[in-house]
Amino acid sequence: MDKETIIVKINDFLVDEFEAEMDDLVPDANLKETLELDSLDFVDLVVAVESEFGVKLVAEDFVGVETLDNFYHLIDVKLN
Amino acid sequence: MGIYSCLGKNLQEVKESLYQGKSGIVFDQDRKEFGYRSALTGGIEIPNLKKLLSRRERISMGEETQFAYVSTLEALKNANIDLSFLEKNEVGIIYGNDSTAKSVIESIDIVRNKKDTTLVGSGAIFKSMNSTVTMNLSTIFKLRGINLTVSAACASGSHSVGLGFHLIKSGMQEIIICGGAQEVNKFAMGSFDGLGVFASDTLPPAEACKPFDKNRSGLVPSGGGATLILESYESAVKRGATILGEVIGYGFSSNGDHISSPNMDGPARAMKNALKQAAISAADIDYINAHATSTPIGDKMEARAIHDTFKDCSPYVSSTKSMTGHECWMAGASEIVYSMLMMEHSFIAPNINLEETDEDSAKLNLVKETIDKKIDVFLSNSFGFGGTNSAIIIKKNT
Repeated sequence: MDKETIIVKINDFLVDEFEAEMDDLVPDANLKETLELDSLDFVDLVVAVESEFGVKLVAEDFVGVETLDNFYHLIDVKLN
Repeated sequence: MGIYSCLGKNLQEVKESLYQGKSGIVFDQDRKEFGYRSALTGGIEIPNLKKLLSRRERISMGEETQFAYVSTLEALKNANIDLSFLEKNEVGIIYGNDSTAKSVIESIDIVRNKKDTTLVGSGAIFKSMNSTVTMNLSTIFKLRGINLTVSAACASGSHSVGLGFHLIKSGMQEIIICGGAQEVNKFAMGSFDGLGVFASDTLPPAEACKPFDKNRSGLVPSGGGATLILESYESAVKRGATILGEVIGYGFSSNGDHISSPNMDGPARAMKNALKQAAISAADIDYINAHATSTPIGDKMEARAIHDTFKDCSPYVSSTKSMTGHECWMAGASEIVYSMLMMEHSFIAPNINLEETDEDSAKLNLVKETIDKKIDVFLSNSFGFGGTNSAIIIKKNT
């Protein structure tokens, strides 16, 4: 799956399931501060990623993941 | 007060249904295919809360909490209590609930299928615990007082009102949100249906539930949410709140007997204890909202208990379960709301589908059709598995 498709799919579930504003979904958006995701939301990110991409993330995968771009990259690495 | 039940989505709709003697019972084909012997249920729409609550708030709520949220929203509005008041004052919550079957089963199915507990999502634990209603509502409404779930089978809602009454009476709290909630889905009631106590005579659905009738064939499960705001008299007067009634008696007892078969002694003692605490005589009760679910043994024992307690006083008696079905964990609270509506609008809702009384119910002053009648004091009975009994007496505010 190419990275553009990954970005579109992630942005789609962030808007549909996490009620994020599309305007906030810029690459340097901070997941916690800009998108206001808390520790419980990260659990739901794991659920959304498994459902959308068939990839099971664990807590260690999120080390160093602070921005949306970091998150896109994480999924890209896992898939490709 | 606030209500969300198979009789309506708010107090006004429910009052109309009660007055008209309108049933909320429907046939559920999905339930039949699932394996139910009796596929009747209260017909209730799941409320859409997307515009009212955030995703974070919604994903921790199962069916029972969604119902309770809607009824509590209505109750707080009617009590003239807003979020700003709740943030500044110590308001508590005591709510009845005794299952979260759908939430538990759905999350366990995910783990079985995916072999990974994280994939149940963050809301699963908060939806699966029995205290789900109070943990969610206390968070949403920023409550800072008592925060407690009452699990007492089909008397849960009634005990919540009784316990709230005592905490206020003792001076420990000024305002408590009390009530009861009950999930309405095929997972919640399958094991209850399996006992063979649900109505076997299912068509037409509106005529299936016949409390006190000689030809009754069992109960019909139902549910929803019912909320009452209990407040000290001083606090209510100070706020200028509309006072609908005064809780004057809470009698409780345990049968000390069989896990599911009721007896006469336990319910009779609960009613007598309530009368004693209220310091009134049996003759002062104008109306009894009976627990009567439409099972032969339950109705018989309650009829005997009422007759034993009230003897020749003959207060009017009806079971609103004839219209609602058995709202289980919610029933004790919803039936107080129904009775409060009757008291407020001066009528007694009928015990529909009552055609032929039996030897025990013939001794009661049963209401078969709506009566326009002023009610000053009523008693509401609620009994549950394990022999838990609760009787609440409420007096009109004059």
